Amino acid sequence: MPLCLQRSFIARNLWLALLQVLLMGASRLLAQEPPYFVTYSDVLEEPGNLEIATQNIYSTPKDANPFYGQTVELEYGVTGWWTTEFYLQGQTTTHDSTIFTGFRIENRFRPLRSTHWVNPVLYVEYEDINQADKSFLEITGNHVIADQQIANALLRQDVERSIEAKLILSSYFQGINFSENFIAEKNVSNEPWEFGYALGASRSLANGASPRVCRFCRQNFSAGGEVFGGLGTRYTFGFAGTSIYAGPTIAYSTLRNLTITAGPEFGVNDNSARVLWRLKASYEFNQVRDLFRRSR
Amino acid sequence: MRRTLGLTCLFLSTAIFLYAADGAWLHRISHADHDRTSPFGNDPAQLQNAAAAGAQLFQNNCAKCHGSDAMGKYSRPPIISERIAHASDGDLFWLLTNGNPWKGMPPWMMLPAKQRWQLVAYIRSLNLNTPDSSSTSQEKPQ
Ligand code: HEC
Repeated sequence: MPLCLQRSFIARNLWLALLQVLLMGASRLLAQEPPYFVTYSDVLEEPGNLEIATQNIYSTPKDANPFYGQTVELEYGVTGWWTTEFYLQGQTTTHDSTIFTGFRIENRFRPLRSTHWVNPVLYVEYEDINQADKSFLEITGNHVIADQQIANALLRQDVERSIEAKLILSSYFQGINFSENFIAEKNVSNEPWEFGYALGASRSLANGASPRVCRFCRQNFSAGGEVFGGLGTRYTFGFAGTSIYAGPTIAYSTLRNLTITAGPEFGVNDNSARVLWRLKASYEFNQVRDLFRRSR
Repeated sequence: MRRTLGLTCLFLSTAIFLYAADGAWLHRISHADHDRTSPFGNDPAQLQNAAAAGAQLFQNNCAKCHGSDAMGKYSRPPIISERIAHASDGDLFWLLTNGNPWKGMPPWMMLPAKQRWQLVAYIRSLNLNTPDSSSTSQEKPQ
C-alpha cells in the first residue's frame, strides 16, 4: 500500500474508533480510573459494569518504519474484588503490512477488603502474542526498539504464549494516587523469566466538585504521569539492554460514559523510540448484568 | 452434564450476587473513624453547597447502582433508610473510603477527600426526613 494511503487508513481507523464510542449510549458517569496507559492501580472495574476501550499508539522510531498499534479491550467487573479483561491487538507498519498480533486474557484480584496505606492487587494474565506486537501495553525482558526494523512477515511467525503475573501496589496521599507494578513473565516454552515495571502518579484536577451540571469542570479532568520499562531476564536482570519510557498523561471524562486519555511517552534511553503518541477512548456500559435480571 | 453445569452456574451467581445488605460494615468501623466530623461543620450554607455538589457526584458515580432516586436497585440497597439516618458522618465517610468490595460496593479513594465529604453531605440531606435522624453523630452500633 503506498505511504499516503496507509496514513489515511490509520487516520480513518482512529476516527472511526473514536466515533464508534462517542455514538454509543448516553447516561451519566465519570470513570474514576487513574489516567494511565500501562500502569495499573488498585481501582477495579465496578461490579456489573462492562468497559470497552480502544488504545491507539503511533510512533516513528529512528531507523524503523512508522507504526500504528491498536488494542481493543473488554473489561468486566465480575465482583467488587475481581475484574476480568480480554484484549485483541493489531498493528499497521508503513511500507509493510497490517496484521493481527494476538490476544490477552487477564484477571485482577483485590485480596483485602478495606483500604490501607498500600493496597495490593494481584494480576494474572495469559497472552498469545506474536513478536510483531506494537501495543506497548507493558515492557518486559530486553525489549529494544531496533527489533522493530524486522519485517512483520518474519516477526509474526514467532508466537509467544506466556503467563504473566503482576503485583500492583497503590497508595493515596493528599488526593494523589501512586501506583507501582512489578511484572514477571514466563513463556510457556523453555525461555527464562522476564521482568518489568511500571510506576504512575496522578490526581483529579479538583478537590471539591462543582454544584452545577458541567461538561468541562475541573473534576472531569485528571492528570498524571507514568514511567515503565523492562528489567531484563533472570540472567540479565537490570535496566541495561532494555527500553524505558516516561511521560505525562491527561484524561477527560465526559458526562456520557466516555473517557479519553492522551499523552506522549518519551523514550529515555537509546533502546527506546523517541516518542510514543497514545490515545485511549473508553466507554462504560453501566450495570449490564441488570439486563439479565427479571424484576426490580 | 448440562444440568450440572447449569446448576453450578446458578449456585455461583446466587452466591455472588444475591445477598441482602445487612449493615455489617458498620461493625468494622473504629471509634476514631466513627467520630470523624465533616469539614463543612454545621454551617447550613456550606452544607447546602456541599450537598448540591454531592448530588452531582451521586448522579455521576452512584445512581447507576443505587438508583437516581437513591432508593436502591435490585440487590443494591437504598441510601435513604433508617440505617443510613442512624450512621454518623464518619461512618459514611469510612464506607466511601473503604467501600465494601466483598459485597459489591466499590471504594471511592479516587475521589479526593473533599468530594467524598460532599457525598456524605448529600446522603445526610437525603435522610433528614427519615425517622430517628435527629442527630448526625449517633452512638456506634455494637
Ligand atoms: C457497582 C455498584 C455500586 C456503586 C457504583 C455504588 N455502590 Fe454503594 N453499595 C453497593 C452495594 C452492593 C452495597 C451493599 C453492600 C453491603 O451489602 O453492605 C452498597 C452499599 C452502600 C451504602 C450502605 C447502605 C446500607 O444500607 O448498608 C452506602 C451509604 C452506599 N453504598 C453509598 C454509595 C455511594 C455514595 C456511591 C457513589 C459514590 C455508591 N454507593 C456507589 C453497590 C454500589
